[in-house]
Amino acid sequence: MSQPAEEHAHAHDDHGHDHDHGDTGAHGHHEDGFIKKYLWSVDHKMIAKQYLFTGMAMGLIGGFFSYAFRMQMAYPGHNVPGFGVVSPNEYNQLITNHGTIMIFWLAMPVLIAAFGNFLIPLMLGCDDMVFPRINRLSYQIFLLSAIVLIASWFVPGGGFGGAWTAYPPLSAKSQYNLTPLGSTMWVIAVALEFVAFLLGGINFVTTAMNSRAPGMKMFDIPMVVWMIVIASILFMASVGPLVAGAVMLVFDQQLGTGFFDPVRGGDPILWQHLFWFFGHPEVYVVLLPAVGIVAEIITVFSRKKLFAYKTVLYTAFGTAVLSFFVWAHHQFIAGIDPRMANVFTATTVLISIPIAEMMFVYVATLYGGSITLTTPMLWALGFIGEFIIGGVTGIFLGSSGSDIYFHDTYFVLAHFHYTFVPIAVIAVFAATTYWFPKMFGTMMNETLGKIHFWGTVIPFNGIFIPLFITGMGGDHRRIYNYANFPEQWTPHLIQMREFATVSLLVLIAFQGIFFINFFYSMFKGKPAGNNPWNANTLEWQTVSPPPHGNFAELPNCYRGPYEYSVPGREEDFWPQNEVG
Amino acid sequence: MSRPIATTRSVTGIATGKLAVWWVLASEIVIFGGLLCSYLMHRLGHPEFGGYAAHTNTALGATNTFVLLTSSLFAVRAHFEAEHGRGKSAANWLYMTVGGALTFLCIKGYEWHHEISEGFVISKNAFWSFYYTAAGLHACHVIGGAIIMLIIAQDAKKNQELQRVELIGIYWHFVDVVWIFLFPLLYIAK
Repeated sequence: MSQPAEEHAHAHDDHGHDHDHGDTGAHGHHEDGFIKKYLWSVDHKMIAKQYLFTGMAMGLIGGFFSYAFRMQMAYPGHNVPGFGVVSPNEYNQLITNHGTIMIFWLAMPVLIAAFGNFLIPLMLGCDDMVFPRINRLSYQIFLLSAIVLIASWFVPGGGFGGAWTAYPPLSAKSQYNLTPLGSTMWVIAVALEFVAFLLGGINFVTTAMNSRAPGMKMFDIPMVVWMIVIASILFMASVGPLVAGAVMLVFDQQLGTGFFDPVRGGDPILWQHLFWFFGHPEVYVVLLPAVGIVAEIITVFSRKKLFAYKTVLYTAFGTAVLSFFVWAHHQFIAGIDPRMANVFTATTVLISIPIAEMMFVYVATLYGGSITLTTPMLWALGFIGEFIIGGVTGIFLGSSGSDIYFHDTYFVLAHFHYTFVPIAVIAVFAATTYWFPKMFGTMMNETLGKIHFWGTVIPFNGIFIPLFITGMGGDHRRIYNYANFPEQWTPHLIQMREFATVSLLVLIAFQGIFFINFFYSMFKGKPAGNNPWNANTLEWQTVSPPPHGNFAELPNCYRGPYEYSVPGREEDFWPQNEVG
Repeated sequence: MSRPIATTRSVTGIATGKLAVWWVLASEIVIFGGLLCSYLMHRLGHPEFGGYAAHTNTALGATNTFVLLTSSLFAVRAHFEAEHGRGKSAANWLYMTVGGALTFLCIKGYEWHHEISEGFVISKNAFWSFYYTAAGLHACHVIGGAIIMLIIAQDAKKNQELQRVELIGIYWHFVDVVWIFLFPLLYIAK
């Protein structure tokens, strides 16, 4: 609990006369040039924006890929405008890189890195992350990983096409995958991305543990910060074996080692274990921050305290622990022991309880509140509604009995898109529209925001509800052209595939409205003021956008983050740093 | 760039740098843990691995264990000196530790040279793949640790950043402990 008493006195002492070691520029940051300000910045808010924009750019690429392969699904062999005819090899590369990008270069950087970086120091009431230069290094490694991934599409043989799960022997041997360079670059890109998030995660966790505002106790921490911290720890604890696995896979590809080669005593199933031991906790790594974002928005726009703060927190911890014991439900047909399949079925069905509980907590928070349907609130409510569909369909896949039939069909695909789209798209839009005023100092346009909301959520269901049906009708995920399979080439299934593809086109078209709104508001939007939503958390108690150092005077914290509509108070909110 | 106030705070009572080192170690433990668990599962399923392990040089492995443990003792001495504000002496003990690291790497190089010339290359079978990958990953940590130690010793000589002597010591003990697991798994279990 030690807190340097003179801390406030030199909160803005840029000349750092008592910081004699390892400092590069003695004259602070007021004269920073373009490169230092935008590309070489150590300011957590700038790094957050770098992550946000890189993630959005990668998301556009991933979206374009889905457009190309969905067109091939609906109209096989036809020329795809803007892409050309999709060859079988290209089809594999498109789906592989679509999955990889959307998880590792959109969901992770935007949900965890961008919002984690932006929110953690502001919400905890400090001037920056504890290790600003490690933070900068984290982004630079991340950028390098994105460049390696993009470069892998242009090397001889093309990009990796063995699916985002990269199962050997397909991924390990170039005589099978036909991409001797692309597959190695894919593994290296993913591994670099892991390193970036390990560095970022250590920064997040250490900052949250050590640098909270004086007076901010464990249960005064806003839920989204807790969630990002739990997610960072979860990531750190689960990714290690896959880092080792990535080294093994690259060695198998390039040095001819025998880790995944049964002839020489290796085992291809080992990769599946290493991958899913990370891959399933990863679902919760991205889910928890999304859940936290929704908690912040729902409390603000229903002017109510978060229902059962501690229960949500303990539930999140429980989910994190349980998520380590469900991974083999991805391998029910991989030849694992049926007795183990029973165990993993039980744990998998069990994990739906804490998640369902969080959704009930949100409904209880909404109950009796004064609800305002702003754009961020619509996105938050949309998250709850859509995610529930993803959760409920997961139960069919977690049960080994039904999963054996659904495995690798479009039912699986529709299920996980009903979890990942709410996480990586809906929650990201919720967060972006909610914190935009703080990030850029201006308000976004509400009308355009609402058009964009409905124009995204309705076609989203239009894409994936038909895919549940085609999946139950037997459509396998890895098929390039259904015209080659007469029993799947029926008028009913053809219409379903076309409906999904047309819905995707509509969804993509509506994203244009978002970008118009985003960039127009950034430059021409009306000024936001410090606290446009009348929120309690500390980031709203400073100017928008906050300057380098965040607060004119670092705040003290006096209460929890969700004191809305407290009886006997004139205002219906009570900022965490307000004395009294 | 001056240090942010955030870095100087310590709500937990543990210095920020030390806290971060422990988190680094936590993530390292799962990396090595994943690799070693994979090896263990293979070892249990493949009794013939014992025969391959017979070709490793236990005597040299034991010597290396001794060298690495001794270097950790030097790191402890460096920490002791740093705690008493004697930067120059701390730096000297750090150089001794780096000496231990170099001895370790030389012995390792000699071992590998021998094994490779006898035809036990990394691609021979899964045992040798694990052997070189696990020991190689560990050796990378030895090299990285030694480089960081040299950087810290440069500062310590001038009595600067003495708290970092303890941090690299914590890391060095971790490198030690990993070897304590590798040595019996790769050399002794035959």
